[in-house]
Amino acid sequence: MAKFKKKGGKATPGISTSSLPDIIFMLLFFFMVTTTMRDSTLLVQIKPPQATEVQKLEKKSLVSFIFIGPPLKKQFGTESRIQLNDSFATVEDIPEFIESEREARDEADRKLLTTSLKVDKETKMGVVTDVKQQLREIGAFKINYSTAKKIARK
Amino acid sequence: MARQVNEINAGSMADIAFLLLIFFLVTTTMDVDTGITRKLPPPPPKDIDDIKVIKRNVLKVWVSKSDRLMIGGKPDDIVNLRNEVREFLRNDDIHSPTSPENKPEKKKEPVNFQILGGDIWPSKGVISLKNDRGTSYDMYIQVQNELAAAIRELRDELSQKYFGMKFSQLTDNNKIKAIQKAIPIAISEAEPAEIGGN
Repeated sequence: MAKFKKKGGKATPGISTSSLPDIIFMLLFFFMVTTTMRDSTLLVQIKPPQATEVQKLEKKSLVSFIFIGPPLKKQFGTESRIQLNDSFATVEDIPEFIESEREARDEADRKLLTTSLKVDKETKMGVVTDVKQQLREIGAFKINYSTAKKIARK
Repeated sequence: MARQVNEINAGSMADIAFLLLIFFLVTTTMDVDTGITRKLPPPPPKDIDDIKVIKRNVLKVWVSKSDRLMIGGKPDDIVNLRNEVREFLRNDDIHSPTSPENKPEKKKEPVNFQILGGDIWPSKGVISLKNDRGTSYDMYIQVQNELAAAIRELRDELSQKYFGMKFSQLTDNNKIKAIQKAIPIAISEAEPAEIGGN
């Protein structure tokens, strides 16, 4: 009887790792899909207004953003302020900002440059109007009011 | 003697993985940038006086400091804005160079589109949008949204009539252009000024 010893009776067989690659791939895809590259950290709070007639913003590379909203840190006040790139700015800085955005693009693409206004909904129109006037003067006519999509009411 | 531990069945692992994958795919929302696209007018020439516009061609939409609305000089509510604008801009007979008394005039020059059946005269009507510096951005966007909706509905109507589908469903560039020419986005934003009011 001793001849027929059970082989490896006590040793636990290793957990199959054949599906591990699948899981890793899955995670990889998940993170690839959900991460959005944010090139500037927001200093102002943006709660966009909602609208039904929204269009998708095509060609992300041809969009420059202007953020307007109340500062996140209260020591900068509660009034809406303008953020360009990574710092607070004033209306007078906008021509320079648009100029540098144009410089960064191809000659042929400069006409197609869109300025996306990401504005908090509590902001008063005064500052937005000033920004629009500046954009008109420098010839950046294509603008996009960033809004969230609302389900159309019937 | 210990019972033999069977190897864990890994056959269903793939199913679990897929389940998770699908779950995440469904629940994550990618933040797509959406918005209302508009074109700003070039700055006005310095030496020009007020351009004369005939009263019947303009529908004034004013938004006051406290987000109240005036449509054509009368206080009104935002729920009526879409209909008023649509009725104002509606071009009942696009092949006729004239329009009824209570409607805006037609443009002097027709545009020719064979796919719309020859010459068409777009309406000269313009929405004049004016807001105070104290108007909230939210209200402004709501107004812009209603204006955009009115124009979209008119375009849908025309597109449905000639091509049998909605404007947004058109794929032929010629057709899209024709509709865009026939019903232009005629929104003029006044030079900023204090309009005050409450």
